[in-house]
Amino acid sequence: MCTMIAHQVKLEGRGKSGPQWFEVREANVSYDHPYDLPLEHALNIDFVNEALGPGARVAVELSVDAARRLVKTIEAVLAQADERGVLEDIHVAAGPAAGSSPA
Amino acid sequence: MYQTDQYEGMLAETVSMRGHNADVINAYVARPLGAGPFPGMVVIHHAPGWDEWYRECTRRFAHHGYVSISPNLYFRDGHGTPEDVGAKVRGAGGAPDARVLGDLEGAIAWLRSLPYVNGKVGIFGTCSGGRQAFLAGCRLKGLDAVIECWGGRVVQSKEELTPNQPVAPIDFTKDLSCPIIGIFGNEDKSPTPEQVNQHEAELKKHGKQYEFHRYDGAGHGFFYYDRPAYRQEQAVDGWKKVFAFCEKTLR
Repeated sequence: MCTMIAHQVKLEGRGKSGPQWFEVREANVSYDHPYDLPLEHALNIDFVNEALGPGARVAVELSVDAARRLVKTIEAVLAQADERGVLEDIHVAAGPAAGSSPA
Repeated sequence: MYQTDQYEGMLAETVSMRGHNADVINAYVARPLGAGPFPGMVVIHHAPGWDEWYRECTRRFAHHGYVSISPNLYFRDGHGTPEDVGAKVRGAGGAPDARVLGDLEGAIAWLRSLPYVNGKVGIFGTCSGGRQAFLAGCRLKGLDAVIECWGGRVVQSKEELTPNQPVAPIDFTKDLSCPIIGIFGNEDKSPTPEQVNQHEAELKKHGKQYEFHRYDGAGHGFFYYDRPAYRQEQAVDGWKKVFAFCEKTLR
């Protein structure tokens, strides 16, 4: 089915699509049909920049187990960096990525 | 069934049409060559997008003698690969029902304006498109047959209602204006066999003309030959049922 379970989070970051980097402004996180992973449903994350059009997209499609492990790993890495005092919790101002934006 | 000595020709191309709010959107059309008259078919692409499978599906209906139009329901969401555009709509929680119905209404009107259409129009959809096909059969005028393939979320709990899909289609069953065929896999998670039972019970309650076909060994999307859910035997039989229903209701 199409679950229509989707959340969007605003982000500041960079993503690479093909040879080009682009400014990532949003991530669309859904639990719905994947395009390539051979499952009926997957945890899909699309890092996008809506201002640049649908092609500005870095996509991952994960099994539920992989998604849970990823979340734990991100938390663990951030916690470790925090413990070592190297966490730079700095807001990154929006701006053009080093590479040109994808068409 | 086509005979080997029979002439056959088809025209398939992208066209413009008026959709919701009289917006101009694009659509893929395939039609048999000849004066007709041919029945019309609106082909609703699935949630993943206005993609190759749906172009093939549109041509498939044309091959079987239907003037077929598949409107791009994501026209307003930007352009790119069907997958990138589909992912954008997926991230937004799907296309709004009201807009989809407006576009489908436009597609029905487009077909009905053609001199080579026989005055009968069906509507076909799978997955979210199956849901939208049923919804169209209940909410729009000018349809003579609904082909609903595994329409997920025809039955929706209150928690599943969203701003884009604010009403469960099953609540409109009493307004269904034409016969419907339903094709379902018994291993589907949505619609589950229990939800298909609910759907059927509601059709029965309101005295609607329907036929439901449920397949063992098949889950969701078992017509999609490019996905692991494909089930050859069930898909072949399902297509036969679909075309038999169309011949009965639209010729």
